[in-house]
Amino acid sequence: MPPDHNLEGGDVPVPVPVPHGHPDAEIHPDHEVRRALPRDRAPSAGSDALYLGGDGHDRRPLRIGVGGPVGSGKTALVAALCLTLGTEFDLAVVTNDIYTTEDADFLRHNAVLPDDRIEAVQTGCCPHTAIRDDISANLDAVELLEQRHPGLDLLFIESGGDNLTATFSYGLVDAQVFVLDVAGGDKVPRKGGPGVTSADLLVVNKTDLAPLVGADLGVMDHDAAAVRGGRRTVFLSLREDPSAAPVASWVRDRVTERLAAQPPTGSAP
Amino acid sequence: MTAVAALLTLADSRLPVGGHAHSGGVEQAISDRFVTDAATLADFLDRRLHTVAPVSAALAAAACHATAGHAIPAPTIPAPTIAGNAVTAHPIAAAYGPGDAGRLADRLAGLDAEADARMPAPAVRAASRVLGRGLARLGRRAWPNPAWAELPVAPHHPIALGVAAASAGLSPVAAAQVAAYLSISGPASAAARLLSLDPLIVAGLAADLCTSIDAVAEQASRDPAGPLNAVSDPWFDLLAETHASRKDRLFAS
Repeated sequence: MPPDHNLEGGDVPVPVPVPHGHPDAEIHPDHEVRRALPRDRAPSAGSDALYLGGDGHDRRPLRIGVGGPVGSGKTALVAALCLTLGTEFDLAVVTNDIYTTEDADFLRHNAVLPDDRIEAVQTGCCPHTAIRDDISANLDAVELLEQRHPGLDLLFIESGGDNLTATFSYGLVDAQVFVLDVAGGDKVPRKGGPGVTSADLLVVNKTDLAPLVGADLGVMDHDAAAVRGGRRTVFLSLREDPSAAPVASWVRDRVTERLAAQPPTGSAP
Repeated sequence: MTAVAALLTLADSRLPVGGHAHSGGVEQAISDRFVTDAATLADFLDRRLHTVAPVSAALAAAACHATAGHAIPAPTIPAPTIAGNAVTAHPIAAAYGPGDAGRLADRLAGLDAEADARMPAPAVRAASRVLGRGLARLGRRAWPNPAWAELPVAPHHPIALGVAAASAGLSPVAAAQVAAYLSISGPASAAARLLSLDPLIVAGLAADLCTSIDAVAEQASRDPAGPLNAVSDPWFDLLAETHASRKDRLFAS
């Protein structure tokens, strides 16, 4: 059973107050949901045709990309989400690393998922290329996991640490989370870049460090709201909240929406 | 008039087929200090162009020819003997007959098996199939052709390249040119990244090889329905196997 506080927000989308009382960052859920789930996009250039053509599968898991700069806490967040959501959903993870399997090994070592639910992708010096310009290797990993676990509800694809311009192609993911940390400086949201401005969810991580590094969360919140067009920003400290409750809640809503929109599995022809 | 634009599109190193993550052995050659600068990179590329490229080019030309024609004479592949073990033509390839348009799948499967036979190192085979899978995924979308249905999900890269070339209206020699070019362009850019070389110098190295690329491609595509060459270079197999066993590699191959 997930801890009770994971149910925060529940199934009913409500404006989520941002910590430290910055009401301008509250978002209107309808708007946020519409922006976050580009369902009306044309079928992705990705694996669908191949995968769906294979054996008549008409259901594939929601794919959520988790990106952000080096050291912002992407892997720790993915691990937390796996622990929190792993009992609710059938899920798997693809990691993208500079050196092959570092992040995958972390997930395996911490036993957040069985080994056969984690696949690592090599990125040939270009982590952003592997998630945006040429998603072939990631599609291979996604297809492998989808074929190995036909009942998957949810797939996290964690990017290699990169810069503020690194975003996922929507040929690879359905929605993306961009992770910043306060230790990178409170000016980062103001600097913008596609990761900050266009991610479906912006996570400002390591808020427990804010007093130590002199980061003003209010400034980050205000600056993010100014460039994100109503898309949600959440503040998180995995030290204080190891379940990553606000992010898990957001992901849970996305998966629930997707499952509701799909035909039931195993429906007879 | 040749389909130059289609050739340029297919040879584009930014084509999203997964090539950016493969170094063609140059990452290991750099680790082993065989490649340390532009001059040694030039040697590496030249060797690759004359050992790896002719095989890829011949396979791509043959797959292109088969796809474009859907009917070619049966390959008359002699059965060579290697270290006492008789190696016969793949039964599927041998069974393919002239005018047998319905047997494209068999011919492509035969060429795929021929590719396997020319790649003894498992790491080389695996990389080739990963890239072939990526190219087939793109090709099905970019150059629609019923021929794609005749390929397995993860064919060897030269086979997928031949089908893509034919589907884009290219000739076997053009398919061979693309194969030969790609065999050096990927390693060249990987080396530029790994050694922080001057990109202008690296681009110059590739430009210097253009005449040789055309010559290799011409030779490899001269008889696309005939016997396939079987040049081999164990050094690249060794590099690939050593590379695959490492934990600290940046590239997939």
